[in-house]
Amino acid sequence: MRRAAAALFAALVLAAPARAERLIASLSSHRVQITSIINGVELVLFGTVEPDANSVPRNNAYDIIATVTGPRETEVTRRKERVFGIWVNVEARTFVEVPSYLAVLSTKPLQAIANEDTLRRLQIGLAHTLLPQQIGPDIADVVADDQFRQAFLRIKQARRLYSESTNAVTFLTPTLFRGSIEVPAEAPIGTYDVDVKLFADGAMIARTNSAFEIVKVGFERFIAGSAADHGILYGFATAAMALMTGWFASVVFRRD
Amino acid sequence: MEIYLPIADLPVNIFLVLAMGLAVGFISGMFGIGGGFLMTPLLIFIGVSPAVAVATVSSHIAASSMSGAVSYWRRRALDLALALMLLAGGIIGTVAGVWLFTLLRSVGQLDITIGVSYVLLLGSVGGMMVIEGVRAILRAHQGKPVQLRHPGSHTWVHGLPLKIRFKESRIYISAIPVVAIGLTMGFVGAIMGIGGGFLLVPMLIYLLRVPTNVVIGTSMVLTLITMASATILHAATNHLVDAVLALILMVGGVIGAQFGARAGQKMRSERLRLLLGVLVLAVGLRFAFDLILKPEDVFSIRPLEGVE
Repeated sequence: MRRAAAALFAALVLAAPARAERLIASLSSHRVQITSIINGVELVLFGTVEPDANSVPRNNAYDIIATVTGPRETEVTRRKERVFGIWVNVEARTFVEVPSYLAVLSTKPLQAIANEDTLRRLQIGLAHTLLPQQIGPDIADVVADDQFRQAFLRIKQARRLYSESTNAVTFLTPTLFRGSIEVPAEAPIGTYDVDVKLFADGAMIARTNSAFEIVKVGFERFIAGSAADHGILYGFATAAMALMTGWFASVVFRRD
Repeated sequence: MEIYLPIADLPVNIFLVLAMGLAVGFISGMFGIGGGFLMTPLLIFIGVSPAVAVATVSSHIAASSMSGAVSYWRRRALDLALALMLLAGGIIGTVAGVWLFTLLRSVGQLDITIGVSYVLLLGSVGGMMVIEGVRAILRAHQGKPVQLRHPGSHTWVHGLPLKIRFKESRIYISAIPVVAIGLTMGFVGAIMGIGGGFLLVPMLIYLLRVPTNVVIGTSMVLTLITMASATILHAATNHLVDAVLALILMVGGVIGAQFGARAGQKMRSERLRLLLGVLVLAVGLRFAFDLILKPEDVFSIRPLEGVE
């Protein structure tokens, strides 16, 4: 009996990951209204690292890498070429279910936090994010220097929808950290997952999740919803609005 | 003051859009046209996607032609029978246009089609208008009498069968060219987001010999109905009509049109035609430059559409 209990205890200790630190994180807001982000919005990510009795002493300070992933959507990247003197879309690649928004925030440059293998394995950073393309019947990610992938990342970054900021998270005390997530006005509505990873000495030692939501509320949601769900009715209403406006103007400005 | 456009998914300055409505309305009132050929490019320029721009402008044109048509109706300066006959073709053309629009959008060639159509159509029509306008002004300058075609003269159009008499216009003409013109207008309007008043008026005058006093009123009734149905069709099939954007444009447009109409009455008609020709040509050239010049980035990304 005692032996069995000892075995069970040993199994539990071995099975439990060597996770000595607990990571706790949250956001300043979990619900953002689309009308309030006309000039973009900044959300604050904050959290703390709680070492417990089992914590091994770390040689270096903690590092945080937070990845914010927006709702996934399928996007088409097109390439123009000159055909008979005019620029025409000649080639297209479909990126299947890729993040519409992707922000990687960290305390230091990613390479200074963990080595390349670790980053690739954990898919950290824009260069290591999976961007599967539809190639014929197959869906697969391609080599990192593929021109469509490069163009996709470049355009997304120019529109501030994808970003990598290596100083966006700071430790206020050795265990308390704060980061800022910038969401541009263009960011689509939906759920944004925030994945926070804690690193020490080049290895991930804890991770946690949070999320926020960008929502259309009130009037905008009503309009967008009606247009999508009741297209014909919406069309008749818009046409009626046009006729009323025109008729009203002719009455107001009547000269004869 | 920034507002968020729910369908275009874009924040815009309400005063900028209102000013665009006023400016285009002023021009449309001055020349008696819908102004879609100016409004659609302007919307594309401020960042509205071409598809949403074309669909939304159709409702804007419906509003401005409604306000014009009502005034012409009060003066009985329109031919309802002719408008309805044109409309028969117009509806078929609109349905075909919206269908092609949806198809092109799904294969990613909509933007280029809109661009090329603008260049070809506006370039050729604008060019002809400018040449014709310059000639008319030169003739007037040299003191020669303006050569009007004889109203009773017949062309090949008058040889076609299925003749119908249109009382208001005092013409007796085959239904075939009437329906064909309506069809062309509906088709072109649905794809390019233009009412086509600047095309329809010359066609009615030169091909069908409709008297000038009923031409604009008739053209406005046709534009009104084709654009209202294009709005409904675009909303039903592509869900692209932005009612908020449309309302701001309309309000600006109908006000601007009133002032434009007063300004237009003070100008001589050949000057007015030349000015319109220059405007049409300029918009055509602007599109041509976009197509010919190397784009800043040869790559572009757009969410996959039409899969919902």
